[in-house]
Amino acid sequence: MRLAAAVLATLAPLAAGLTALAAAAPPEQCEVPQSLLDTGTDLSRVQNAYKTNHRIAITVIGSGSSGLNGPDGAHAAYPARLEDVLKQQLPGAVIKVIAHVQSKETTAAMVTAMDKILADDKPTLVIWQAGTVDALDGVEPDDFRDSLNSGMEKIQAAGADVILVNMQFSPHTESMLNISAYADVMRAIAEQHGAPLFDRLAIMHYWSDNGAFDLYAATKKYDMARRVHNCIGWALASQIVNAAHLDATRIQTTQ
Amino acid sequence: MRFCRDNETVVTVIVGKQTISQSAPVAAVPPGSTERDLRLDLFRGVALWLIFLDHIPQNVVNWFTIRNYGFSDATEIFIFISGYTAAFVYGRAMRERGIVIASARVLRRAWQIYVAHIFLFTIFMAEIAYVAATFDNPLYAEEMNILNFLKQPDVTIFQALLLKFKPVNMDVLPLYIVLLLFFPPMLWVLLRQPAFALAGSALVYVLAWNFDWNLPAYPNGVWFFNPFAWQLLFVFGAWCALGGAQRLSGLLRSRIVLSVAVAYLIFAFAITLTWYVEPLARFVPGWLSAWMYPIDKTNLDVLRFAHFLALAAVTVRFVPRDWPALRSPFLAPAIRCGQHSLEIFCLGVFLAFAGQFIISEWSGGPLIQVIISVIGILIMIAVANLISWYKRMEGRGPTARVKPPDADLAGGDV
Repeated sequence: MRLAAAVLATLAPLAAGLTALAAAAPPEQCEVPQSLLDTGTDLSRVQNAYKTNHRIAITVIGSGSSGLNGPDGAHAAYPARLEDVLKQQLPGAVIKVIAHVQSKETTAAMVTAMDKILADDKPTLVIWQAGTVDALDGVEPDDFRDSLNSGMEKIQAAGADVILVNMQFSPHTESMLNISAYADVMRAIAEQHGAPLFDRLAIMHYWSDNGAFDLYAATKKYDMARRVHNCIGWALASQIVNAAHLDATRIQTTQ
Repeated sequence: MRFCRDNETVVTVIVGKQTISQSAPVAAVPPGSTERDLRLDLFRGVALWLIFLDHIPQNVVNWFTIRNYGFSDATEIFIFISGYTAAFVYGRAMRERGIVIASARVLRRAWQIYVAHIFLFTIFMAEIAYVAATFDNPLYAEEMNILNFLKQPDVTIFQALLLKFKPVNMDVLPLYIVLLLFFPPMLWVLLRQPAFALAGSALVYVLAWNFDWNLPAYPNGVWFFNPFAWQLLFVFGAWCALGGAQRLSGLLRSRIVLSVAVAYLIFAFAITLTWYVEPLARFVPGWLSAWMYPIDKTNLDVLRFAHFLALAAVTVRFVPRDWPALRSPFLAPAIRCGQHSLEIFCLGVFLAFAGQFIISEWSGGPLIQVIISVIGILIMIAVANLISWYKRMEGRGPTARVKPPDADLAGGDV
């Protein structure tokens, strides 16, 4: 009897841990190969902030594709999903995600608005989604590069880590919108500044190829858009946890 | 046809009205230097296939195209060979018939390309209008703004006629048109003072880089292929056709040049690899990235130009003009496509639209992408053969020996 109780007592936290894990597992649909998330760059400021005061302040700066319309769109869009997932994965930490999403905003406009945002939010990490509007407006890739560069400098000077998020994979507009030139610029800029690139383009393409989402389908409904944003939230969280080595840190702090 | 030999310098001599005689100090004189150099057709044909494949976004078959293995891509090959053949055909016309006739032919060619471009634009508009009418998805609310230009067709179509509004993948023909418009005076100088012409072209290139010269685009920005920069490759091709290749032949045979070219190709390949295998990027030193990037396609980055030169040097070395395989049936399809480059280029752009359209209507996976790529190339080959057949029937194709090269050859084959 005592033995059973002892076994139960040891098993109970384990079981609790397992259920927590289960809750923290992404929907199967969201699976992304690690190679698409691993950029070989670290988020050392996020790691430090988490280690020293268990606090991560994230600011998302982006254009229309970082938000969702429709009922409760703000909560279904990936910035809010990211916050929920990180809270689940890093219990006990203070996670705050603030989204500054402005549809039709070019990268140059984001950079102009950035000073105030950085001063107000004092983020540990900036997730910067850009490129789509610039491709739509036909901004010169050179100007796009300059804007990105100065934005990256501002963010890093403000003491924050940064993840660049590129465009969505959008099969129907692909042949009309030359996003690859802009995607190349983003990859190069991320590399130059030692920042991870969240390759949304490749990830969504992967989901489309393996049948997780039918991104070719025409629909007026919001279901799929919400599920895609949810998965982007999960994938981003996974990239942040990896690049900031929060797994290792979490084990150390819980021991 | 006569050949002029000179052991000290390589010279180009105009003999009579008909022929450029060429000589090389060491190697045997290439047989029939006024005959088509099939290598040009071959590589232009292959470039046309690659451009078609690259124009289907995210196509798995793209992994085979050269842009993934180095800095330059099929566009460089296409523009260089176009310059080469333009000089070859119109250079002869200018010597034989004078500047007025030759210029008229060049301009007529530019007009044909303009008409072809506008035809492609119409097809593009039809596709966009269809997508706008049938596709909707809240996930892509932002991307669908691309369709906004349909709301003001008056402006858009007018800007397209001015070559300022150019849909994706429709940048090459406008570049070609502008290059041809300025070609008659350039050709005139090239025939008299080739070194001076090449130096002038290089100067324009440098000035374009220094002063950000480019043509304006609509709704904003500039041309994707900057004509002030890309003209260098076109003029260089023309220069090679008018005796420059012979002048370079000694250089091209040197072991040092070959080693440098191969080393550079390997370097470019290694760098390109780091774009696709993200973890490798950390092995590229910071100073190198800072110096090297961006590798600018719009302004024909020096690294791209050098990569093309290295590629050409190695190719010329291993693929001689009289390479027997050039007559083999396996290479005939590519050569055929290269011989009708304008038609096949336009067809390729159309097929890329169509292929992309099918992929997006049927949710194309990798298998469909492969099938569409293969069928597309087969259609290009079939049409090229059809055009050859038609021209042969008309008795004026490149294989016809009866008539001297006329304006139709020039028109049909540049």
